[in-house]
Amino acid sequence: MSSLTLRSVTVRLGGRAVLDSVDLDVAERETVCVLGPSGSGKSTLLRAVAGLQEIGAGEITLGGRDLAGVPVHRRGVGLMFQDHQLFPQRDVGRNVAFGLRMRGDGRAEAERRVAELLAMVGLPDAQRRAVGSLSGGEQQRVALARALAPSPALLMLDEPLGQLDRSLRERLVVELRQLFDELGTTVLAVTHDQGEAFALADRVLVMRDGRIAQSGTPPEVWQRPASAFVARFLGFDNVVPATVTGRAATTPWGTLPVPDGTPPGPATLLVRPAGVRLDADDVARPAPDDAAEGGRGLRCQVLARTFRGDHVVLALRPERGPDLEATVPLRGAPSPGEKVTVSFDAAETVRLPPED
Amino acid sequence: MASPPPGGRPGAGPDGARPSGRSAARRALAVRLGLMAVPVAFFALFFGYPVATIVGRGLREDGRWQFGRAAEVLTSPDTLDVLWFTVWQAAASTALTLLVALPGAYALARFDFPGKRLLRAVVTVPFVLPTVVVGSAFLALVGRGGVLDEAWGLRLDTSVWAILLAHVFFNYAVVVRTVGGLWGQLDPRQEEAARVLGAGRFTAWRRITLPALVPAVAAAALMVFLFTFTSFGVIQVLGGARYATLEVEIYRQTAQFLDLPTAAVLSLLQLAAVAAMLAVHAWTVRRRESALRLVAAEHAARRPRGVGQWAFLWSQLLVVAVLLVLPLAVLVERSLSAPGGYGLAFYRALAEQADASSAFVVPPLEAVGNSLAYAAVATLIAVAVGTLAAAALTRRAGPLVRGFDALLMLPLGVSAVTVGFGFLITLDKPPLDLRSSWILVPLAQALVGVPFVVRTMLPVLRAVDERLREAAAVLGASPWRAWREVDLPMVSRAGLIAAGFAFAVSLGEFGATVFIARPDSPTLPVAVARLLGRAGEYNYGMAMALSTILMLVCAGVLLLLERVRVNRSGEF
Amino acid sequence: MKRTTAAAVSVALGSCLLAACGTDGGGGSDGGSVTLVTHQSFEVSKNVLDAFTEKSGLKVKVLRADDAGAAVNQAILSKGNPQGDVFFGVDNALLSKALDAGIFAPHKAEGLAEVPRQLQLDAGKNRVTPIDHGDVCVNYDRAYFEREKLAPPKTLDDLVKPEYKDMLVVQNAATSSPGLAFLLASVGAYGEDGWQDYWKKLKANGVAMVDGWEQAYNDRFTGSASGREKGDRPLVVSYASSPPAEVHYGGDKKPAKAPTGVSTGTCFRQIEFAGLLEGAKNPEGGKALLDFLVGEEFQKDLPLNMWVHPARADVELPEVFTRYGVEVEKPHVVAPEDIEANREQWVKQWASLMR
Repeated sequence: MSSLTLRSVTVRLGGRAVLDSVDLDVAERETVCVLGPSGSGKSTLLRAVAGLQEIGAGEITLGGRDLAGVPVHRRGVGLMFQDHQLFPQRDVGRNVAFGLRMRGDGRAEAERRVAELLAMVGLPDAQRRAVGSLSGGEQQRVALARALAPSPALLMLDEPLGQLDRSLRERLVVELRQLFDELGTTVLAVTHDQGEAFALADRVLVMRDGRIAQSGTPPEVWQRPASAFVARFLGFDNVVPATVTGRAATTPWGTLPVPDGTPPGPATLLVRPAGVRLDADDVARPAPDDAAEGGRGLRCQVLARTFRGDHVVLALRPERGPDLEATVPLRGAPSPGEKVTVSFDAAETVRLPPED
Repeated sequence: MASPPPGGRPGAGPDGARPSGRSAARRALAVRLGLMAVPVAFFALFFGYPVATIVGRGLREDGRWQFGRAAEVLTSPDTLDVLWFTVWQAAASTALTLLVALPGAYALARFDFPGKRLLRAVVTVPFVLPTVVVGSAFLALVGRGGVLDEAWGLRLDTSVWAILLAHVFFNYAVVVRTVGGLWGQLDPRQEEAARVLGAGRFTAWRRITLPALVPAVAAAALMVFLFTFTSFGVIQVLGGARYATLEVEIYRQTAQFLDLPTAAVLSLLQLAAVAAMLAVHAWTVRRRESALRLVAAEHAARRPRGVGQWAFLWSQLLVVAVLLVLPLAVLVERSLSAPGGYGLAFYRALAEQADASSAFVVPPLEAVGNSLAYAAVATLIAVAVGTLAAAALTRRAGPLVRGFDALLMLPLGVSAVTVGFGFLITLDKPPLDLRSSWILVPLAQALVGVPFVVRTMLPVLRAVDERLREAAAVLGASPWRAWREVDLPMVSRAGLIAAGFAFAVSLGEFGATVFIARPDSPTLPVAVARLLGRAGEYNYGMAMALSTILMLVCAGVLLLLERVRVNRSGEF
Repeated sequence: MKRTTAAAVSVALGSCLLAACGTDGGGGSDGGSVTLVTHQSFEVSKNVLDAFTEKSGLKVKVLRADDAGAAVNQAILSKGNPQGDVFFGVDNALLSKALDAGIFAPHKAEGLAEVPRQLQLDAGKNRVTPIDHGDVCVNYDRAYFEREKLAPPKTLDDLVKPEYKDMLVVQNAATSSPGLAFLLASVGAYGEDGWQDYWKKLKANGVAMVDGWEQAYNDRFTGSASGREKGDRPLVVSYASSPPAEVHYGGDKKPAKAPTGVSTGTCFRQIEFAGLLEGAKNPEGGKALLDFLVGEEFQKDLPLNMWVHPARADVELPEVFTRYGVEVEKPHVVAPEDIEANREQWVKQWASLMR
């Protein structure tokens, strides 16, 4: 059963459709992450659900209840703000207890729940601490505890980890995921960081200009971006216009192999960095197969080399066409300035609809 | 709040398509109207109606509009002289007050030093003392044979400087309290950040702090301007017949000559000038108010460090000592200089005269009690009305609400005698025959107190991040509850400052109070005036003693307010 | 939302309640009380007032406005629907205006027979009843003139003489009651055409002008206790009763002579009247109160409370008056109608002269 449903929700601000006829379903206990560049309308989506933003048209239901006319404070949703918005004049305990007090919980009951939540977010016994004395990560945890305290039917997170440093972010993503699984909370989060989204979500939604550009599980979206926009937004740079004929495509880089069954005609082609292969200089060329595919022997200069733990990302300047990105193993990675020859792997090549 | 433009799904009716938007907007409007109802009613009944009636009666004498008379008054060179003097002395006084008081506001907001709370209370004392008393004390400073005269042969009582300095003396607290309230809560880290980025101390202040302070400074400047624009007592005492403001002229035309047409024209002139001033102010400030990073005042203030900061602090203390404390000290000295040398003879006489003959002479303690009771009621009204108004004005709004904003300030800019005489001819029928009721006194005082409350609370309220309210709403707080839980704690400090002001204004019997007949429960200023108006050493001495008591009561109450704030700050 | 409305309503209700309990105390419409409207200088001994209440069964409620001029004008403004039943404190400078406005209803008070004819400016019609009189005169610092071996001035003419240069301080006639009275004294003495010349001479002789009596007497006049050190003027416009007051409020030791004296040729007589207000809610009570004001008991009580002379000739003055005060035989006089017709004009002319 679907917990949150949006049907044709439209929000206009200053004549511009910030949300343009958005449809969305979030199932109970599901974690959905809305991904998009800033200005794509993802925060407005959360605000519309919370009731902080009036909607111009459409319908929002939560647990089957139409939210039209329901004021913010009666919607029973939790919202963790981008910059946490902890109440500065209250200590940690009173921040977390806020929603419980609003609900009219007894003091003892509230205190018990606050202690429980603080322990859960890894800040046991922090009740008396002043909000101003907390680090960014601690503030984030308090904000989370505060949002969770009244057990909302839907928890919404706005850039939950936005301001934190990378290592903390990666650790917290995992913790959050575990926490949501344990609690069985329905979660709708927005972020501009695809890593965060993929790590956190059961399902990812990519937004563009107030519309949903793609929806799917993280592997689906990752493997088959629905458009050049999504592909680029996910961080793929090897995106070019192409014309497919049979098992090959004509691109600015030359002729590239495409998987079987790729529909012919004009298209956009994405080659994942892993699909850009370095040909060893001493490998005999041309290999007969590759020659037939026509995607062989594009000569490039290495512009930059970035270590990513277990692999290296190369920025390449090919002799023709736009720059390329390639991932190669650590061992034997070429240095900037070196000349290399690359070929393309059909398995890592995805056909996208032609760009407008 | 703009209602959403029509549009949306094809096929859906314009109404059915956006029920939530419609009702939310309606609800917001209803809340605002509800909040505004009380202040609007208050001002309509106790300000607009009386003033309009008395001015109307002047303009329509004998059932005919007196336009010819109006033109005559307006074009008379005397009127233009008075208008010119009123405007320039107010502008000069305001500039001078800001110049002297802003560094003081900084010192009180940013530095922590022993006796700070006492000092903050002391600077407010001039505000509450009757003008006659303070005028006389101030003359002891700048007048013939005064402190400056004896030290440097400097006499200012014959020049307009005496008026300007006295205005600084009276209004120093307005700036310190209005600006300091916000300054004390500005996050010093922002200025630090600018300094790290290479800005000099002054540049950092000018670029970061000053813009943040603009609304509060503008508010303080506006209030000082309005006070000096409508200056009455100071001009009378120090200006003699040479200088007259519109306020003095209106008083003479109304109370002395009952020349209502002339008074009405002058009142309208004053009103127009004040309205223009308010419009300019609104225009300057509107775009400047933004969400600020506010921190608890305790975090912002710290002990001065280094020679420079100590020197600065001391220089400010010196200014306060010479300009504010010295005249007050003169009062105390006079109250103690009994016939046979220094002593408490005048204080004893005060206590003794109580059981003497007159029906209107009450023991000082009873006068203190009367004063406190009036002031408490006035403060209650002012804070209630002012808080509601501030809450209604918090969110950005259309021209209607902005007009209301300005309207709240008008009582400061309208002649007290106009209001007082207006009361007389409007609040004269049941159920509102308040002319002989004690409530008229606190009502008149609250009229002056409300602008203080609104002006002090509004910048802080507007600086509260809207998303904090949203956070509270999402956590289940209704708009009212969110206001109570988020705004109120943050504004409570400003609120207490405002209450202190309203209280002080009331203790000092500002505005229309002077011009309404009151029932027989003498307050301190009334008792002081009675004593000062009679010959004899003991009358004068007792007046000084009673003024000293008034001063101490005021300082005590203000100190108490400061203490309340500190004790409760942990809770908020 | 509901709570908001409730809060707003409760505040509104609260202020209504406050207002309501205010009106409860007011009124004066019931037979049990009578309201006297007056100015800030009105004083009466407690026991005297209590005696009236005991005798008449009426509680006296007193409303006091700030100064006499404002009080009279307020009474005129609220004509027909007065604030109280009796008004006390209209003097001869304002009398015509008040009578012309028709704010008083006639009542011939008991005891009026004992009031000298020259005080009864509304004799026959009895719209107002004289209650007291006092003289505004130049006071001098006795010690100063003894020290300087100089005779104190006696008349208005004396004041423009060179030997009294830079000695006199007066009040702003536009805002101060004694200031206006002194201006009227000059008008009475030199006539409508001559007074301006007199003031030009006064100005040339170094007259100082301050706003009110308080500054003149307490700050500038060397004869007052507070001005002894700081003052610079041995002559001041004050009251004929100021010397007795100086003695009375000067401590327990009674001197042989008052520290200050009165220049009896510089005086203007202020007569204060009371009248029943037209439209009074308790006219009977008001009449009783008026009778009381001219009654022996109140008249006897008057001098030491308000430092004026009782209107009744048959009332004995307190010792401090007879011993330290003076009788002003020939005060300067201006008819109330003339004052009313010219007051504003005179004050304007005076102000531009003094600028």
